[in-house]
Amino acid sequence: MALTMGSMSGSTVQLPLRTKLQRVERRRKLRAFALVLPLLLFILITFVLPLSRMMRSAIHDDTLSLLMPRTTAALRDWDGKELPEERVYDALAKDLKRAWMEKTVGKVSLRVNYELPGAASQVKSSARKLSGLSGGPYKAALIGISPLWGERDVWGVLKRGGSSYTGFYLLRSIDFEYNANSRIVASPGEKAIFRDVFLRTLMISITVTAATLLLGFPVAYLLAKLPPSTSNLLMIVVLLPFWVSVLLLTTAWVVLLQDNGVINGILMSLHILSEPAKLLYSRFGTVLAMTHIQLPFTLLPIYSVMKSISPSHVRAARSLGAGPFYAFWKVYFPQTLPGIAAGCLLTFILCLGYYITPALVGGPGDQMISNFVAAYTNQQLNWGMASALGAILLTATLLLYIVFNKLVGADRIKIG
Amino acid sequence: MLQLNRKQAYKGLQHPGGELVLRQSAATKSSLMPPNGHVGDDAFVRFAGIQKTYDGEALIVKDLNLDIARGEFFTMLGPSGSGKTTTLMMLAGFEVPTEGSIFLAGRSIGTMPPHKRDIGMVFQNYALFPHMTVEENLAFPLKVRKLPKPEMEARIKRALEMVRLSAQGKRRPAQLSGGQQQRVALARALVFEPKLVLMDEPLGALDKQLREEMQFEIKHIHENLGVTVVYVTHDQGEALTMSDRIAVFNDGVIQQIAKPAELYERPENVFVAKFIGENNQLSGKIIALNEPACTVEMPGAGIIQALAVNVGMVEQPTVLSLRPERVKLNPLPGSLPNIFSAKVMEVIYLGDHIRARMSVCGRDDFVVKLSNSEGIAHVEPGVEMTLGWKMEDCRALRPS
Repeated sequence: MALTMGSMSGSTVQLPLRTKLQRVERRRKLRAFALVLPLLLFILITFVLPLSRMMRSAIHDDTLSLLMPRTTAALRDWDGKELPEERVYDALAKDLKRAWMEKTVGKVSLRVNYELPGAASQVKSSARKLSGLSGGPYKAALIGISPLWGERDVWGVLKRGGSSYTGFYLLRSIDFEYNANSRIVASPGEKAIFRDVFLRTLMISITVTAATLLLGFPVAYLLAKLPPSTSNLLMIVVLLPFWVSVLLLTTAWVVLLQDNGVINGILMSLHILSEPAKLLYSRFGTVLAMTHIQLPFTLLPIYSVMKSISPSHVRAARSLGAGPFYAFWKVYFPQTLPGIAAGCLLTFILCLGYYITPALVGGPGDQMISNFVAAYTNQQLNWGMASALGAILLTATLLLYIVFNKLVGADRIKIG
Repeated sequence: MLQLNRKQAYKGLQHPGGELVLRQSAATKSSLMPPNGHVGDDAFVRFAGIQKTYDGEALIVKDLNLDIARGEFFTMLGPSGSGKTTTLMMLAGFEVPTEGSIFLAGRSIGTMPPHKRDIGMVFQNYALFPHMTVEENLAFPLKVRKLPKPEMEARIKRALEMVRLSAQGKRRPAQLSGGQQQRVALARALVFEPKLVLMDEPLGALDKQLREEMQFEIKHIHENLGVTVVYVTHDQGEALTMSDRIAVFNDGVIQQIAKPAELYERPENVFVAKFIGENNQLSGKIIALNEPACTVEMPGAGIIQALAVNVGMVEQPTVLSLRPERVKLNPLPGSLPNIFSAKVMEVIYLGDHIRARMSVCGRDDFVVKLSNSEGIAHVEPGVEMTLGWKMEDCRALRPS
């Protein structure tokens, strides 16, 4: 008995150190995990899930393969060179009749309409008229009902609909589309708008970021130099846009910028202008309002970095023989770069997603990518396009961040 | 302990205006005739009638007159707020004197911007440029002066060798220890070979051992280069170790300018006596004055023979200053002019010496410092004994 006791106690002592450490660490890790669990779940449910669902709908669309199963199956080995044979028309007629009965023809026509604008009404009327027909042959009858069925384009759409996955939305977002032979070609001029929109989004974001930097840097410098009592007051003025809703700020700019608004009124009463300048619904107005809203985002990281720079650095530079400007440029300014990088990155990425300000202050030519995402989601109910544009914006932003990280280094960014 | 004494001394010294004028004339006199014989006309740095105020009401520096000789290691010592750093900043050009002028090598530099003064400076927090390597930091003053590249490299190499950091040239300041950063700052202030180097509490952030090492290093560099150094510190030990001359600042006024030993041995007023080292202060009234000695009556405690250093007339009050280590234990009766009975209140063991708090002459804050050798074993709380001291060690000063 005594022997067993001895060997038992010996075995507990001889547990490897690593195992003991792991046992202790495990408990600590579990506790830490339990603390972050609520937030983790919240983010998973409200952010990660919807986001991945949206990303998926950029390439996933099974409307046609579900609602037109016979037609898409019959088209599987159609070569696309000529109109399909009677067998396929027969399948189409059966699918359309069923869709009419089950009231799903609206979805089908909408889906076809995405790729062939204007085809929706023809698909619907064909279904309605088909429901009156009792039997085939359907080829001649369908072509008679609508010339749509006598062209190869619609058959291309239906054939590609056989797969649940489609590149159509993504291609469309960068101004490409499928032709009747399912080849990828550049979209014709009237449809090719998205590259312009992306470029415009980029340009507006760059302009606003540069403007906030130019306006914000001197103010941040002043704030960092002033005694606390004065700088606190100025800081409140700078932070005001933070505490007012973006919608309210934008509306205020509408009031200021409109043709008989405050700015035009003053300029005209001073006889600087003889007729009101076009300020509202213009690129100038959009950039102006966005700069106003974004200023604190650029300024604050710069300010907090400037606060942490010891005034003795510039003094040391001066005592070493550098003039005021040289000392500022070679010693002070390089130390503010992490703050400039953080502020500009923050403003630039926020600008990429601007929606309300261009919608209210900008003209038709100033709408940014988010306005199109919103229009597709709210008005056209084309979730595929909304998701594709969103996915491209997200990818572009991530790419920019990676490039920025390579150039500047994320560890050098300082928010505060 | 020392820190506390100094603070108390500072607080206790809110003297009225009349005192200041008297004190000031003493300071002016001593600056025109420095104890170690620098004549005013050779002065490398000269402050003439400098006043400085920040708010237009309180003077931070009051009518400062000071000459510093070429090649001298000059220290400004004083508690915080005494005006020593402000004085240094005026010399560097970061502050403008409200009144008076500053001369550097005979030229007035009152309005000259800091970058034209050619004065090296070491800051309290080193002020190394964090975005540059050590070598780039050292190259900065040379680039500004547009030195040819080979010479620049040679000078940087020499400067790094001088501070024993040749291997660290490619590192950034953040990768160096505090002592190494300090040495880089020193090298940077010296690399462009200025004639004058200012140091603003450069060792304040280092630990005790490193600080002592650096004190020797700075002193050594000063001796080798023959450069003039103006050093600001609040650490009296540092000032005594390194300086040729020390100016003790308090309340915007120089209290005394003297060589280290003289400052310690012969303080001119109560503030200096308190600030430099430890001392016992006994208040009394002069009853007889026969220079150099005087007789002081301690109310209800007896009569003390003291050295009249800075006193008024008979019947006026005075403060006696007595160093704790100059007190002798159990002297033979009659061997010393001042012998009093005492009782040990408290004993603190400090390794190389022992501090005993005694009750003497009706006061129980009298401190005696005994070196740790034979014959101290019997010093224990409650023991009664006699204490004695020489007339010259007990200095009668004007009370503040």
